[in-house]
This record gives sequence, C-alpha cells and structure tokens, in this order.
Amino acid sequence: MPTSFIQPEFKVKIDYDKCHKCGRCVQQCGWGVYSFNERPIPDDSKCKACHRCVTFCPAHCISIEKNNLAFKDSDNWSPSLRKAVWKQADTGGVLLTGMGNDKPYTKIFDHLVLDACQVTNPSIDPLREPMELRTYLGRKPDHVAVESDGAGGFKLAEGAGMSNNVKLETPIIFSPMSYGSVSLNVHKSLAMAAEHLGTLMNTGEGGLHADLYPYQDNIIVQCASGRFGVNPDYLQRGAAIEIKVGQGAKPGIGGHLPGEKINKEVSTTRMIPQGTDAISPAPHHDIYSIEDLRQLIYALKEASGYKPVGVKIAAVHNVAAIASGIVRAGADYVYLDGFKGGTGAAPQIIRDHIGIPLEIAIAVVDQRLREEGIRNQASIIAAGSIRSSADAAKAIALGADVVAIGSAALMALGCHLCQSCHTGCCSWGLTTQKPELTRRLDPEWGAERLVNLVHAWSHELQEILGALGVNAVESLRGSRERLRSIGLDEQMNKILGVKPAGL
Amino acid sequence: MSSETRPRYREESPFKIHGGCGLMGLCDESGARFSGEDAIQAMAVQHDRGNGLGGGFAGYGIYPEFPDHFAFHMMYHDIRAKEEAEAIFDQYFLVDLAEPMPTRPTKGIGEAPLLWRYFLTPDPDKLEAAEMSAEDFVVHHVMRINSTVDGAFVASCGKNMGVFKGVGYPEEIGHFFKLEEYEGHTWTGHNRFPTNTPGWWGGAHPFALLDWTIVHNGEISSYGINSRYLEQFGYKCTLGTDTEVAAYLFDLMLRRHKLPLALACKALAAPLWRDIDRMAPEEQAVMRSLRAVYGPGMLNGPFAIVLGFNGGMVALNDRIKLRPLVAARKGSRLMVASEESAIRAVMEPDTTWMPKAGEPTVARVEGMEWPIHGDLHLPASEISCAVTGTNTSCDSVEVS
Repeated sequence: MPTSFIQPEFKVKIDYDKCHKCGRCVQQCGWGVYSFNERPIPDDSKCKACHRCVTFCPAHCISIEKNNLAFKDSDNWSPSLRKAVWKQADTGGVLLTGMGNDKPYTKIFDHLVLDACQVTNPSIDPLREPMELRTYLGRKPDHVAVESDGAGGFKLAEGAGMSNNVKLETPIIFSPMSYGSVSLNVHKSLAMAAEHLGTLMNTGEGGLHADLYPYQDNIIVQCASGRFGVNPDYLQRGAAIEIKVGQGAKPGIGGHLPGEKINKEVSTTRMIPQGTDAISPAPHHDIYSIEDLRQLIYALKEASGYKPVGVKIAAVHNVAAIASGIVRAGADYVYLDGFKGGTGAAPQIIRDHIGIPLEIAIAVVDQRLREEGIRNQASIIAAGSIRSSADAAKAIALGADVVAIGSAALMALGCHLCQSCHTGCCSWGLTTQKPELTRRLDPEWGAERLVNLVHAWSHELQEILGALGVNAVESLRGSRERLRSIGLDEQMNKILGVKPAGL
Repeated sequence: MSSETRPRYREESPFKIHGGCGLMGLCDESGARFSGEDAIQAMAVQHDRGNGLGGGFAGYGIYPEFPDHFAFHMMYHDIRAKEEAEAIFDQYFLVDLAEPMPTRPTKGIGEAPLLWRYFLTPDPDKLEAAEMSAEDFVVHHVMRINSTVDGAFVASCGKNMGVFKGVGYPEEIGHFFKLEEYEGHTWTGHNRFPTNTPGWWGGAHPFALLDWTIVHNGEISSYGINSRYLEQFGYKCTLGTDTEVAAYLFDLMLRRHKLPLALACKALAAPLWRDIDRMAPEEQAVMRSLRAVYGPGMLNGPFAIVLGFNGGMVALNDRIKLRPLVAARKGSRLMVASEESAIRAVMEPDTTWMPKAGEPTVARVEGMEWPIHGDLHLPASEISCAVTGTNTSCDSVEVS
C-alpha cells in the first residue's frame, strides 16, 4: 500500500550545466529538500516554494515549478479538497497551516477606488507642501475645554484635553507576532524599525525579551489568554497594552506553541518551563462576558499607570455590537483583525472559513460607534491583509485610524508566503527558533528593510492624500465620500457606506 | 404639493455642489453705518468670479427702527405658501410690520419669488408656554416653516440684520433689492459660481440663522468626514454644500462646546504639526488636544469664509491658503475680499495685507456684544433643518 496519495506540490529543477556544485542550496534549505551526491539532488516532496535556494544559488540554475498533475475536472472537488481528504485519511488529524486565508473570497479593497481633485479644488503636491500623517492612538475627549491663561491666551482647563495617547508619525504599525512564533531577530528588527519610524511594534502574546527594553516606548505589550510573560514590569514598559481576545486567522481558537520551540530564551521571556508546550486557552478564563473585560481593562490601566489599553478582536458577524461594548468597557482602541489575517499556525479549516472581511468590519464598527456618539472614545486599528498603501488608504477612508501590517512586514524580511510557519523550519529564519536558521536575519538589515517599506507606503499615502486635495490624514479618515465602489452589489454598498462609481 | 418651477434642495442634495466664488466683508468697527453701495461696488468688480447663478449680501445694523425685532426675510413660491407661513407668524408671533421687500425691476434678474419681510417678536404667552428662549423659539419656527410649508423659505431671521440674495450676479441682486437705501455697520457679499445649475433663490449665499451669516468661497475636500463628524452630534447635512458643514462646525464649537473664537478658527484651519511641535508647552498642549479632538472637523481643502454677526465679522482662510483673501484697513473700516481690486474699488486703504493661512481676521464693532450667538438650546437636528429647509433634517436623531 502507498504511504500517501499526495504527490509533491512543486518540482525542483536544477540546470546541472550551470550548477557550480557548490552545495549552497543544500545548506540554505530549511526543509531538507536537497541531498548531495557529487551534485545536489532535490526531493520534490519536501519543497515549500520558499525560494531560499533560488535566491542564494550563485549560478541561478534552480527553478521551482508547479507540479501540474491533471485531475479529473470537478468544480466541486478542487484538488486542494481532495488532498485534504487524503492527508486526513493518512493522519487522522486537524490540518495545520500558516499565514492568511488563501481562498478566493471577494477582495473588497480591490472593488473600491479613490477620488482625486480636478479643477474645482486643487490637488496638493506632497513633494512641495506639508502632508501630515501623524496620528494619535487612543481615547479623545468629546470636546476641548479651555480657560484663560491670564495673558490673553488659553490653557487647557483642569482635567481637559487629550488623555494618554500614543503619537504615531505614520498610521501604519506592525501587527502582533509573538516571540516564539517568530524569532528574536524578527522582534529586534521590528522594534528597531518602529523606533526609527516613530510608530509601534507589538509583542504578540509571547512576552517582551530583555533585548527589546531599549525600544519599549515603541512597543505595544500584549496580554493574551495564556498570560505569557505578563507581569507588572512588562505592563509598565509598553507604550500601550493590548488585550488579545481574538485573531482574524483563527477566531475563537487558542494557540499552541510546541515545546520544541520553547528554548531557554523563549522560556525566560514567556515565564514557562523550557520544553513545555505553550498553550493559550481559546477564551480568557477571566473574561466570560463584557463586564469581565471591563475589569481587566481597568486592572491593566491601574497596573500600568493608566497607559492606553486596547482590545484586539477577530472580525466576526456581530463585530459592531462587540466593538461598541469594548469601547464602553473603557478600551482606548479596538483592533479589528479581518479574516484574511495571518497566523503562525492555525487549523486550516478555521483559517479559511471563520470570520468576515476586514473592510466590512471597519465600515460597520466605525458607523456604529458614530451612531452611538462614542467614535472619539477609541481609535480603530485595522489589520488582516493590508497588502499595499492603497489598502491602507481605503481602510482609513472607511473609518480606521491606523492599519497594522504583519504579513507584509515579514515579506520585507524575506517571507515568501509559503504558508509553512507552523513547521518551525522557516528557511528565511523568521518563524523558527533553530539557531542555525534564526541567525540568517541580521536585525539591522531587517530593520532597514522594514523602514524602507513603511517609508515607501507612507510616501504613497501622502501622494494619495495630495491627489485628494487634503494635507492631513485625519481629513481622509472616515471620509467615505472619497471612495466609490465598482462591481459590488447595492446591499454591500449600503453596508460599506460607499456610493457606486458614477454617483 | 411639490413646487413645479422652483427646484428644491432635495433635488440639489444628491450631488455635492462644486464651485468657486468671490466674496467680501466690510465692517466699520466704530459702529458708523454706511449704505450697501460699497458692498455692491466690491462685488461688481469681482463679477467674473461668479456665473450669474447666485449672488447675495448680508447687512447688519440695517433696521435701527426695529432693533429688538426678529427681522424675517421671506421667499415664497406662491400666494398659498405666503398665507400658510403668515398663519404661523400670526399664531406664534406679534407682527409689528409686514411688507413686501422693496425691489426694483432689474436687467438680468429673472422671475423672482414673492419677497416679503416681517418684524416679529415672539408672542409672550406662546413663548412662556413653549418654555424656550426667544432664540430657540425663533429657530424652532424657522425650521417648521422651511420643512412643512411647501414653497416658503426663510432667508434670514436675525435682529437688526437681513440677507438679500437670489439668482443673478451680485451687483444685479444688490440693485434689485435697492441696497443703496440701507445703512449698516457690517456688510458681507457673495458671488457664486456653481458648476451645476440649481437656479434656486434660497440656494445663494449668505446662509443665515438668527443673526449669523456665512459666505464661503471654496470646496471642502474633507466634506465627507466633516459631515459624518457632525452627524455624530445630531446635525444632518442634507444640503450637499460645503457651506453647510462650515456653518454647523462654527455652531458646534462656538455655541455647544464654548470654544473661544480664536481656538475654533485654529480647529477649523489647524496649524501644522511641525509648528505645534515648536510652541511653548502649554500652548502646545492646547493645540495638540484641539487637533486630535477636532481633526474630523478640520476643514481641509481650499476655502475662504466670512462669518458675519451682530458684533462684527470673522474672515478665515484654509490652512495652506489655497483660496484668495485680502484684508485692508482704512481708519475704523476693516475690509476683506477675494481680490484687492474689490477693496480699492470702495476705499483707498491705509494698509493692506494677506491674512496668513488659518489666521482669522476679526472685525469687532465697538460697544456691541460678543460672543456671537444668542442662547440656543435646540438640538442640532433642528438647527440643521432651519438652515437647510428640508424635511429629512427633522427626523429626530437623538444622539448626544
């Protein structure tokens, strides 16, 4: 009997005429594709198409091709469904995967277009004029109360004015990825870049390694259901604190970091014994309802000297009401994670079938908070597959204050979206704890690439704002009048609060 | 019951009205009054800034014989509308004078609505029963007329002031309304260049509520978020014009949030972050909060605005001065206009200057009350409705 029906997904082809026989591909591949017998011999079945070997081959003689096996046509039983059945018949297990939902759902961002000024109002050239992206993350008062300063001017009235807010020089932050799921060098790259950019990185649920303390003013520290690494010192170090309730890639699901990834450093940072599995429960066991959340929010505020406390949720059907409850419970921001958001590991069935699109979540949450007159009480962070500055601009126009990028940030560091983070063998040294792999990422090099990416997107945002004839990002935020839809139905337009192109 | 010849706002509103314009404001800070001729002159030289689809003026101090009466300038589509509106006046107000607006036939001015004016005081019994301030009472009934009496529109309703506007070039409108026969201490004027053709007399500037009026040149590129921000406070932006959001933002900040005028102007035309970062710590704290809190209300995009009221006027440019605004002073007279030629057409100024982006130019009439507003307590939705004259504004939106 065959051990598996599953054929290799890719074919690794080496042009041996060009091959130097240097063996670098053997050394580079984290998946063990290559063996060496006078020349590199690939085992196709292990290849994830991560292109590490291709990138480092000095002779450019490796190519990766799809294994285009023909299947008898069936629109209903796609090859990937057939493979899933075979895999599960092999193993009896839940199929795991990494990164975000790859199913062909409607990409709403790609059905939205932005406006530009022509004649009746001037567009603005961001190369010549100021173009402001600065954003304050956190709760704003309903109004500003001032009193005379006795010298002809005004000062803030006692207790008036903005409470603790985090200043961001661009409305793009890095999304939470835990130390453990990604390497310490990834964390260092993100932290250094965040500091340089005047924006934020986010620890995820794995605690804050001591090497990151110098960057703590640019770090959101997360408090998730496993409470890994959470202690008073940790809470006081962060620029803001985030309660993670859910994740777009796996709403309603906890996390499981296998013991093999819990080395000494991870163990110290997470405050758990070395080699034990790190299991995050599905719910917070002290949050079974909204009133419990309020208690945790205020406990964290008390413990941290009243830093902004945000709540991260996955976008699910009733997201507007949930977000409203979160704001009323005292959160300073709501982090909405759409169903295309990435993950280090999740059951594929959950990743691909649970949750709703980010675009809809932003639209309904922003609208609900406005209807209730509490939009100013919390910022909205939008995440879950922000793929470009255009996505960011559209998310902001729909109502988000800030967007968070995770997959895009990892891609800047080398990720090729091979969706194998859960294996712990990442050839690019990102989602692994193997020292021979993690050392492949030089944090300074990584930080520079992240800075480049966010700078590039920020410049593009400035260009978009200039075309729209506004010179500050707050004039785009929630300005759905500047969006039009193409090819969305009437109901969807209504939900998004966007007119179809032509109106 | 809908009007056949006069387009209503409802027909304008699905489309945002784009357009450029010219404007002027002239105030004698000593309180000395002068005829509307100067205002007409100033607008006449700015003829080409409009396209003949809307012109108008506001004059303050023009009814010294009725200083404490609410002066209602009315536009009626037909006699029936007039009768219905007058029934409301008779029922809730004491009418001390009702007369047709003095006009003269003027070339270029087409068919005008019926134009009447009334000098009213609230009926004391009705006012007491309503348990409202006189200002609230007036706005409430303005809203009622605008939204329920088909074919009637209240052009202005403040004390000792009036709005004269219509379809035509402003100099024609001024001639039509015989503005040379009025004397006021403050005048504002407007020349409209709409890029669609609503052609309705009520759609011209100035927009007015009680004694405050607004003339506006520009397009607010941030209209989308400004209107959504205002909706959060109960205002309904149904008119589709930028002027409307500017009016409501002033109302929100000055009256409801009690911001000083200087700071309200800083919120609408916010200083750049890089300038705020260089301010002294206390000022910085004020400005940072102001920008963060009122960011959604910031008017972004090109504009020049003149806000008129019984104590004077305020002229304001957008934050990077994308629309023209020139100011000048001669003796006690302060003047602003889109073009310097407009100023030189009426006076040889002692000094002229270009007001900086976002810096308000303020004229304050000596001995008159400040701040701007009467004591309004009405919900924002009723204020919206009174300004725009649409039924839909009156759907109650109990927000805050």
